[in-house]
Amino acid sequence: MKKLPTLRGRTVVNLFFEDSTRTRISFESAAKRLSADVINFSAKGSSVSKGESLKDTAQTLQAMGADAVVIRHGASGAAQRLADSGWISASVINAGDGTHEHPTQALLDSYTIRSKFPEFRESFDGLKVGIVGDILHSRVARSNVLLLTKLGAHVTLIAPPTLIPVGVTDWKVDVSYDLDSIINKVDVLMVLRVQSERMADSFFPSEREYSRGYGLDLARLNSLKESAIVMHPGPMNRGLEISAESADSHKSVVLAQVSNGVLVRMAVLYQLLGGAALAGEVSA
Amino acid sequence: MATVLDAGEIGRALKRIAHEIIEHNRGLENVVLLGIPTRGAFLGERIAHFLGEIQSPVPVGTLDITLHRDDLRLRPPRPLLPTLIPSGGIEGKDVVLVDDVLFSGRTIRAALDALGEIGRPRTVQLAVLVDRGHRELPIRADYVGKNIPTAATESVKVRLSEIDGEDSVEIMAGA
Repeated sequence: MKKLPTLRGRTVVNLFFEDSTRTRISFESAAKRLSADVINFSAKGSSVSKGESLKDTAQTLQAMGADAVVIRHGASGAAQRLADSGWISASVINAGDGTHEHPTQALLDSYTIRSKFPEFRESFDGLKVGIVGDILHSRVARSNVLLLTKLGAHVTLIAPPTLIPVGVTDWKVDVSYDLDSIINKVDVLMVLRVQSERMADSFFPSEREYSRGYGLDLARLNSLKESAIVMHPGPMNRGLEISAESADSHKSVVLAQVSNGVLVRMAVLYQLLGGAALAGEVSA
Repeated sequence: MATVLDAGEIGRALKRIAHEIIEHNRGLENVVLLGIPTRGAFLGERIAHFLGEIQSPVPVGTLDITLHRDDLRLRPPRPLLPTLIPSGGIEGKDVVLVDDVLFSGRTIRAALDALGEIGRPRTVQLAVLVDRGHRELPIRADYVGKNIPTAATESVKVRLSEIDGEDSVEIMAGA
C-alpha cells in the first residue's frame, strides 16, 4: 500500500480518553497513508488529568489547526456532544464512546463480510449473523446491530441473560441464551471480547463457566457451517471467549478485519476531509 | 450546442490512434493501455479492441486519479473509481494513458503522479479523443482524435454508447 497525497496539509487529532492501541494505530495509519499530519493525544498524563474539560481540550486542539478529531471516550454520547455542541468546527469521528457505539468497527466488519461472501455483495438479505458475548457493554455489538440490520442481515444476539441489555426488545434482532442451538445456522459468528474492565459486578459466576457456555472452542468451531466465518474485534482473550484453535483457524478473519479497518478509516477520513466542506456541514 | 464528432468519426479517430500507437512504438510488444475513468476507460477498451484487430492484443487497464487531484478541496468529495493494472504491471512498459478530453492538463498531471506510485514505465504517452486547448501545465498529447478550438467558457461533452447510449462529441455554450 503506497502513500497517497490526498490529505496533505490536513491535521487529524486522535483524542483518546480511554486506552486503545488498535483503534488508535488504525486511525493513525489511515491518516498517514493519506498524507495527513497526525497528533496523538491521550488523556493519561495530559491536561485532562489536571481537570481540563472536554470543551477546553477540544477548543485547544481546534486552535492548533485540527481538521478532524477522532475521539474515543468512556462516556456514551461524548462524540455526539463534541460534534453538535458548536465548540469546534473540525470533523468529529467517533472511535468508540462508552457502551454506546463504535461506528467504524461496524463499517469494517460489514466490509469484511461483504468481501468474504460474494453472494451478499449487493445486500445482506438472507445473511445470518450471530453476535456472542457481552452485548450489554458492547458498543461494537450496538453499531453492528444497527448497520447489519440496515443492510438486511438477520442478527441473533447470544449471551447469558445478565449480559443482554434491557432494551433489547426494541432492536430488530433475535436473542438466544444457547450458543449450541444456533451455531450451525449462522454464516458469520462475531465473538465479542469479555471486557474485564467493565466486569466489576458479577455477570457470570466464573470465567471458566462463561467459557464453557459461550466460548468458541474447537467443538463449536467444527459445528459451524463449512462456509461460515469467525470474527472478533480484538484484542482476543484466548482461552476465554475464543480458543486458540478457533482464533487461528481458516474460518477466522480477524487479521482481514484489521487490514480492512485501515482501508475503511481511510475512506471515512477521505469522505470528511477529502473535499470542500459543504456549506453548513455537520460532521458525523 | 454543436456536434463536432459523430459516432462514425469517433470510431475512425480511435482506429487512426490505434494505427499511430503501432507506428510510434514500432509494434505492440511493450505497450500497455491505461484508460482514465470514466470515459477514458471505455476509450482505452475500444483502442485495445482496434489494436487487437489490426495487429495483436495488448494489456489494457484503468487508472483512477481522484486521490491525486489538486482540486479536491474545491468540490465536495468525489467517489473513487476502479484502478485495474494489468497483471504484467507497468514496470519498463510503454504506457499509453487514454482520456476523453484534454483541457487544463491537470488530470494528466495527477495521472503521472498516480503512475509513479505503481511503477516506473519506460515511456508514458497520452492519447485523447479531443484536445480543446487552454492548457495550464506543460503537457501535450501524443495521439489526438480531433483538435477542437474552444472558448474557455464553453464546455465539451463527450458521450459514449457504453454509458450514455450514443457516441457523440458536442460543444455547449458556456454560462
